[in-house]
Amino acid sequence: MTTRPGLLAACVAALIAVFLLMPLIAVIPVSFTPNRYLSLPDGDWSLRHYHALLENPAWAKGLGLSIGIGVVSALLATSLALLFSLGIWIAKPRYAGLWVGIALLPMVAPPVVSALTLYFFLITLSKFNSFVAFDTWAGVALAHSVMIAPYAVVLITVALAQVDRRIDLAARGMGAGLARRTRSIILPNIRFGVISALLLTFVLSWEEIGVTLFITSVKAVTLPRLMWMGLRDNIDPAIAAISVVLIVIVVVAVLAKTVLQRMAEVTSK
Amino acid sequence: MPRISRPALLLVPLLGFMVLTYLVPFLGIVQWSVTLPEPGLDQYRAALSDPLVLSVFLRTFRICAVVTAVSVASADMITVLWVRGSPAQRLAVELCILIPFWISVLTRAFGWLALLSTKGILNTWSQSLGLLSEPLTMVRNEFGVIVGMAHFLIPFAAFPLASAMRTVDERILLAARGMGASRSRVFFQVFVPMTAAGILGAGLVVFVFALGFFVTPAILGGGRSVMAAELIYLRVFQSPNWGLAAAISVVMMVGVGGLLALLMRQARPAVPK
Repeated sequence: MTTRPGLLAACVAALIAVFLLMPLIAVIPVSFTPNRYLSLPDGDWSLRHYHALLENPAWAKGLGLSIGIGVVSALLATSLALLFSLGIWIAKPRYAGLWVGIALLPMVAPPVVSALTLYFFLITLSKFNSFVAFDTWAGVALAHSVMIAPYAVVLITVALAQVDRRIDLAARGMGAGLARRTRSIILPNIRFGVISALLLTFVLSWEEIGVTLFITSVKAVTLPRLMWMGLRDNIDPAIAAISVVLIVIVVVAVLAKTVLQRMAEVTSK
Repeated sequence: MPRISRPALLLVPLLGFMVLTYLVPFLGIVQWSVTLPEPGLDQYRAALSDPLVLSVFLRTFRICAVVTAVSVASADMITVLWVRGSPAQRLAVELCILIPFWISVLTRAFGWLALLSTKGILNTWSQSLGLLSEPLTMVRNEFGVIVGMAHFLIPFAAFPLASAMRTVDERILLAARGMGASRSRVFFQVFVPMTAAGILGAGLVVFVFALGFFVTPAILGGGRSVMAAELIYLRVFQSPNWGLAAAISVVMMVGVGGLLALLMRQARPAVPK
């Protein structure tokens, strides 16, 4: 007698797994079509859409812009979130629920409302300067920071919840000040949480499209924005080629993470 | 003035940042909604009585309800194996959930276009096998939107479901099996009721997420089955009526706020003091 799911459960789950993976696999043959429109290669496989990625400078530009914005916004969002979460953990302030609620607002509000709000914010800033403004890289980086900071707060707060308060109390009892405790006790204990927050916020900014659509037009064209333009009107098979590249990166990263985790589990046993 | 402890000052940068970049601009949206094109509550009247806007709201609710049911049910059935399956099953399910989760929404919507459009893979295959004489229209309509959104939201439903399932005591399931209940009976009469709070939570999260979502509907709906979020986009960039866009946003924010309050209330008893 076992409580493991049976054959029926496994079959249903397999169908759902196929549903989950199908669109990702479907992109692969389409990317090799010799035609200019969305179609299957008819015996004739071509690399023209991969060449297009290399030859059209818009793709390299979008890639560079997305990486730059991702790095800047991940650093800004994670730093602010780190200070905030440390403050909540150390000070246990009154109305903590309210403060956390405000910090998480962009994560729980409907994305389109955040998009309109940040659009309003950036066109207002555009009246005063042309650096952090509508359709500039700094404007996009700022807006992305707003959207991704809540995720960093969640990850760092979870990491802090696992720190044993007694080691901090011991350090405090032995006379360590706030800065010393943070540097030598708390930060080393949550370093994995902080690194995960940096990685997650980078990926979220890298993929961000909902808000980016509202706050850019022709100058700050990130990679997702460029893909969006190729998807809206006539579907450009170059989107299939870039999608295959992105899928391969994700699959390799997820597999590597899984393998490393398993190895860590085996060695720790 | 009450003394503020020094560590509490660490909260100030992020809170100040959020107030300046989010709360104050949102008040600007509220202001737009009651001043554009002229002062008054006309835009709210329009948002709540104009037949076009109402039909968009109705369609949004219908699609979100179907998407929520489909994605929570699918996520529940696959998460069972993630939590309770054999090690190989667990690994396979984990990869099937994590890989799509990390892939951009645009790539995933494009994948559905490649599969479902008239020159797409499914139509090409069915026609060459003689199953279909005419290509079937599966995108640029509600069907495509529902498929694409359910695909996007399954991983988001799977995470809360998995944490709810992990709290179930295996011995209770074993007891039910020992007393002669079949596997499906254990699942539907013991396991599902025990994880009901998690299912409800996942449902609310997915529903709220689906409401404000517009990238997948815009691509797979092809402008034909416009949802509330896309209507906001269109009223800002294509046939501008900023006041109406702002009013719909405020209505949406209030609605989602209400749903989240509901979520908090039903989640509270689960957290022991």
